[in-house]
Amino acid sequence: MRGFARFLYDFVVGDDPVVALLVVAAIAGAWLLHHAGADAWWAVPAVVTAALALSLWRVARTG
Amino acid sequence: MASLSLLLATFLASAVEAVEAFTIVLAVGVTRGWRSTLWGVAAASLALAVVVAALGPAVTSIPIQWLRIVVGGLLLVFGLQWLRKAILRASGYKALHDEDATFAEERAAASAAGRTGSGLDPYAFTVAFKGVLLEGLEVAFIVVTFGANHGNIPLAAAGAVAAVVVVLIAGVVVRAPLAAVPENTMKFAVGLLLTTFGTFWAAEGAGASWPGGDAALLGLLVFYTAVSVGLVRLLSAQRPRELAA
Repeated sequence: MRGFARFLYDFVVGDDPVVALLVVAAIAGAWLLHHAGADAWWAVPAVVTAALALSLWRVARTG
Repeated sequence: MASLSLLLATFLASAVEAVEAFTIVLAVGVTRGWRSTLWGVAAASLALAVVVAALGPAVTSIPIQWLRIVVGGLLLVFGLQWLRKAILRASGYKALHDEDATFAEERAAASAAGRTGSGLDPYAFTVAFKGVLLEGLEVAFIVVTFGANHGNIPLAAAGAVAAVVVVLIAGVVVRAPLAAVPENTMKFAVGLLLTTFGTFWAAEGAGASWPGGDAALLGLLVFYTAVSVGLVRLLSAQRPRELAA
């Protein structure tokens, strides 16, 4: 069971859990902005771009 | 554009994974014999078909707004994983996938493993089963999620199956690991497509309206391509300085 949970985590989350967390944050942010009456289409691509750049920067920093 | 993107994404994703699975199966087959290896391939293919058949109706029964959030989120996570790896490989931070080296490693491991009697070879069966199942599982999820949001899982599955057929034919003709396939370029393209559609659907599911409607997909694809190419150049330029330091 623990092995399957580990496999599922690796399968869905992958190498960088921060990216998965930021994806969830991006969708939640867009939902909150929309329900606050704001135009929210830009929120997901903005956070996704930042998440990708951050993840790559972390790899580049450690070599 | 949507159907073409669906077909292209599932075809490319399936082709990349099929090339990797083919290398494992070929190494085990030529080293341990084909009977048990092909039983392993058949069992894994059946398991993948069951996953698609079971998950497909389950996913399509989700209300459209939640479907877009869940599918968009999953495609984004998968897409960013593919894109991240492709960028790291293209910029030299991660070694390119070498099918010849994988083939040699798998052959060495298959030769070293012990043999049982004349019946089913558990090693060949298990390695072939695991190789095909693990490489194919992500493709199965892409087929189900991408296909469900398009309302066309059969078209998504057709793209994936077509890629497997093409890879198999190429493999039978070449009779060697398909090392010349530009796997990283294909991974790059799949990552871009999954990230583009994941972004579009996740934002729509959250309630956002895209300027220009479906045409925004093209804008997103161009944007993410430009960002990714820029990141490859930035990382490539940074790498020699770091190594020299």
